[in-house]
Amino acid sequence: MEQSKEATIINVRDLNLFYGEKQALFGVDLAIQEKEVTALIGPSGCGKSTFLRTLNRMNDLIDGVKITGEIVIDHEDIYKSNDVIKLRTKVGMVFQKPNLFPMSIYDNVAYGPKMQGIKNKKELNLIVEESLRSAAIWDEVKDRLKTSALGLSGGQQQRVCIARAIAMKPDIILMDEPTSALDPISTLKIEELITNMKEDYTIVIVTHNMQQAARISDKTAFFLNGEVVEYDDTDNIFSTPQDQRTEDYVTGRFG
Amino acid sequence: MRQFKDNLLRGLLWLSAFLSVAVLVMIVGFIFYKGIGLISFDFIFGDYSPDGDGGIWPMIVTTIYTVLISLVIATPIGILAAVYLQEYAKQGRLVRLIRFATESLTGIPSIIYGLFGAVFFVTTLKLGMSILAASLTLTIIVLPVIIRTTEEALKTVPGSYREGSLALGTTKLQTLYKVILPSSMPGILSGIILSVGRIVGESAAIFLTAGTVAAMPDSILSSARTLTVHSYLVTQESGDIELAAAVGIVLIVIILAINLSATYISKKFNRATNK
Repeated sequence: MEQSKEATIINVRDLNLFYGEKQALFGVDLAIQEKEVTALIGPSGCGKSTFLRTLNRMNDLIDGVKITGEIVIDHEDIYKSNDVIKLRTKVGMVFQKPNLFPMSIYDNVAYGPKMQGIKNKKELNLIVEESLRSAAIWDEVKDRLKTSALGLSGGQQQRVCIARAIAMKPDIILMDEPTSALDPISTLKIEELITNMKEDYTIVIVTHNMQQAARISDKTAFFLNGEVVEYDDTDNIFSTPQDQRTEDYVTGRFG
Repeated sequence: MRQFKDNLLRGLLWLSAFLSVAVLVMIVGFIFYKGIGLISFDFIFGDYSPDGDGGIWPMIVTTIYTVLISLVIATPIGILAAVYLQEYAKQGRLVRLIRFATESLTGIPSIIYGLFGAVFFVTTLKLGMSILAASLTLTIIVLPVIIRTTEEALKTVPGSYREGSLALGTTKLQTLYKVILPSSMPGILSGIILSVGRIVGESAAIFLTAGTVAAMPDSILSSARTLTVHSYLVTQESGDIELAAAVGIVLIVIILAINLSATYISKKFNRATNK
């Protein structure tokens, strides 16, 4: 009954990915629901980050990557359409380490919209303020918008990175272990932020912190050796996993 | 014993540092000691006269011409070539060949470039012995320097900047223009500074392509004499070490001024992007 309320926004069917001769993803099928947090967990090298990067075609940057199968986002197969630019404005990304540009905080957040051709100062000011507010960092930086973004702490930088992604008004935000380089308090802030953000955005997050997945996500997919072993409501994955391997992993027997 | 070794090593390090600074101080000191007596307003801004009393203004102007023309041509070509090699070209045999060629070009003695310039620019293109022919020759000399340093600068830009920018739905060109080039600006500028040094210090190649006419050039198609060539010729012809040293002082000051202003511009540029 609950299923009927949900709407699939990303539909992945039989996705295979090869780095040259080496296959990294094997027949991945995954339907990601709108305005939910979906966590991808699994041991290092299991393909979860690789999978995440297929969703905004960041793997295109690597030579020799071959992909078969289909990924439908908003009724469009993203590997059939060639408008990568449009895809990436709809599907934002936050990386493992904060990667702000060596510019002011303001310029970092305004960068995306400016590159899309928005020149109106008032409009940009509004976007920057709204984005920083949504990323729960406005109060901390509002008096220093014109100073270098690289002077902020790691946790603050990561929230500005989230603001930078939000400024594009995407539908989906991908996060690749966004807290792995942060201290526990900054991590907590970002987790709170993610929980609040799902009102407006669909979030797909890679994490190898299982507590984090349990705390913030609605659905969890367990990856192992390039395959999705199990995909279900997060509660089910952590309380009553169907597959023995999932159980071994979430109870900490390996990984 | 370990303590002794440590002290010995420390002493050697200090000695090496001291020696390299001392040599520099000695050279500059010698030049200033020999030449400072001749430095005067008339010497710097006066017109040249062959009897030896005249100034060196024509040579200063010629030097500035060659620096500016060479850089105006070499900088954009060098930067674009480096961007192509580093950001666009598929890394493979062709790119390795181009890299090998540019590296080899930096090692060729400048007299070879001078001969080429004399044959190609002066004779074949009929530019005659001229500032333009010399500047074009110098362009070829500094091009590999600019390409190499720009490539190194581009390499130091973290890949995460590229990813971060592209993930925001920007094109490759936007990413290059707004993020990558600004971040590598200090490195590119240091390449340009190196090139200025190469151009100002060059004598053989200029000698063969611009000639030695000691007069104010009418245009860039005139034959003329740069400071370095002048310094060489007065030593060679009249053995006038004082005069050559005085020219040397002017050279040192010009190079210093150019380096300082390049550093200043680079700092200002950084502040503009990092503010």
